[in-house]
Amino acid sequence: MAFKSSGINPKRFHRSQLKFYIFLVPFSIFMALPIVFIVNHAFKPLDELYAFPPRFFVQQPTTENFRNLFQLAESSGIPLSRYLFNSIFVTVLVVILSIALSTLAGYALSKKQFKGKKLLLEMNNTALMFVPIAVMIPRFLTVSLIGIEDTFLAHILPLIAMPVGLFLIKQFIDQIPDSLIEAAVMDGANDLKIYWKIILPLIKPAIATAAILAFQLVWNDLETSTLYTTSENMRTLAFFMSTLAAQTNVVVGQGMAAVASLIMFVPNLVLFIILQSKVMNTMAHSGLK
Amino acid sequence: MKGNKKNPYLFLLPYLSLFTLFIIVPVLMAIFLSFTNFNTIEAPDFIGFLNYINLITQDEIFMQYVLPNTILFAVIVGPGGYILSFILAWILAQLTRIPRTIFALIFYSPSMTAGIAMAVVWRVIFSGNQLGYANNILMNMGVITEPIIWLQDTRYILLIMIVVALWSSMGVGFLAMMSGVLNIDESLYEAGAIDGVKNRFQELIYITIPSMRPQMLFGAVMAIVGTFSSGAVGVQLTGANPTPSYAGQLMVNHIEDYGFIRFEMGYAAALSVILLLIIYLFAYISKKLFSET
Repeated sequence: MAFKSSGINPKRFHRSQLKFYIFLVPFSIFMALPIVFIVNHAFKPLDELYAFPPRFFVQQPTTENFRNLFQLAESSGIPLSRYLFNSIFVTVLVVILSIALSTLAGYALSKKQFKGKKLLLEMNNTALMFVPIAVMIPRFLTVSLIGIEDTFLAHILPLIAMPVGLFLIKQFIDQIPDSLIEAAVMDGANDLKIYWKIILPLIKPAIATAAILAFQLVWNDLETSTLYTTSENMRTLAFFMSTLAAQTNVVVGQGMAAVASLIMFVPNLVLFIILQSKVMNTMAHSGLK
Repeated sequence: MKGNKKNPYLFLLPYLSLFTLFIIVPVLMAIFLSFTNFNTIEAPDFIGFLNYINLITQDEIFMQYVLPNTILFAVIVGPGGYILSFILAWILAQLTRIPRTIFALIFYSPSMTAGIAMAVVWRVIFSGNQLGYANNILMNMGVITEPIIWLQDTRYILLIMIVVALWSSMGVGFLAMMSGVLNIDESLYEAGAIDGVKNRFQELIYITIPSMRPQMLFGAVMAIVGTFSSGAVGVQLTGANPTPSYAGQLMVNHIEDYGFIRFEMGYAAALSVILLLIIYLFAYISKKLFSET
């Protein structure tokens, strides 16, 4: 008897899938442990944080750590809300600008013929592998050279051009049939109108995906705060939180650091859950040739 | 289209200018500075290949610790994380939709934490006294009798860094490969069965992987980027740069050490250039492996 073809994307449960669950369930528990831990740790009162033997799950949840964190920020002169505002302001602007610029460029790179197109694509694909940390020194010099140090621009400008975002968007636009655009041209639509009325609505999943990636990048970014700003009130939540994590040995610090981790992590998670089906839709076109 | 030949450039201009300013220029600048002696205060001073010569002949820490650490870390975390991502993506694709989504979410979430947000968790788990979770569990099991100071002990730092990096390695590449598996045309499998594919393993080698080469390559590139970016985790875990006895020192930390602690920017730039070359080499190899033939 010939081998019955595999069950990729099955519609319903079958006994043959059980063997996967036997492996996946323990493995996923292991993967999720640190995250479950941080949630529990954030709500532990002081005596449970330092209980011996250490306990994994919280017994009497309290919001003490949250209050301590706010108080600590308050006493250092800069309220937590300032870091939070900086983070949100910077993140929102970078996400919006990054999407706007990537979709514009993606449209031109996918649907237009012009000189240097191949070179540009090649350059962007090479830049996918660009690890920011490897060139942080010249980037730092660039920022000080154009004189945007210690301003919001120093947080925003360096992060807008995101090669992965452009790459995914361009791949997605490639799927839009040329005939659709030709028909619009016949009807007298100009490029801007085609971009706005045809391209953007059709690539919503890719936009959502690029937005998530940009969000994760900016929200977690430490580089801009550490290197491009000098005054404390220009720094972001990610920075503040990393300074907390560095003092975990101080009593009480652990609980607050856990709270800060949770505050950093939850927005990422929520956004991803909301947009996950769109992400998967985009990833189907993520192939690199 | 309609003679407005300048339009594509207008569409590209905003992206391209920022791309040039913050990606191209820094790379070129790194190459230029790597041939100079530059302390950020005085103007850079051209010294030819001296930085590179020093790197190979004088920098004992680099040769003795940083390079071997980086290679060990990259070889385990890169291919390890990549293969793990692929196997998980392949298995998940064979589940029904809802459990698949839930598992995918669990595997993907560590990569969202970007190392930084989670450093605190690892520092508590691997805390050096008997209050630490890892110590407590191992002591209860009778594996060890005295608490291990995990994050200061030169024998364990690199190992813990590798575990943490692997834990967070199921990122965008993992999602891409999962869609890749899901989007393979089913008739290919049927044709394969007729042509004599006998089991899942043969199916994987002869049908699944060849049909999703572009996603495999994207995943590989993302794995390379992830591996080299997560290198900073050692400094976050131990809370010091350099890490204790350089046991967890990777190239990114070495760059930071020279650039921002000792302010020898020229030398740090030479290190950056070497790192970029290493990354490029890895990407080139993956490209050769997965490009359509």
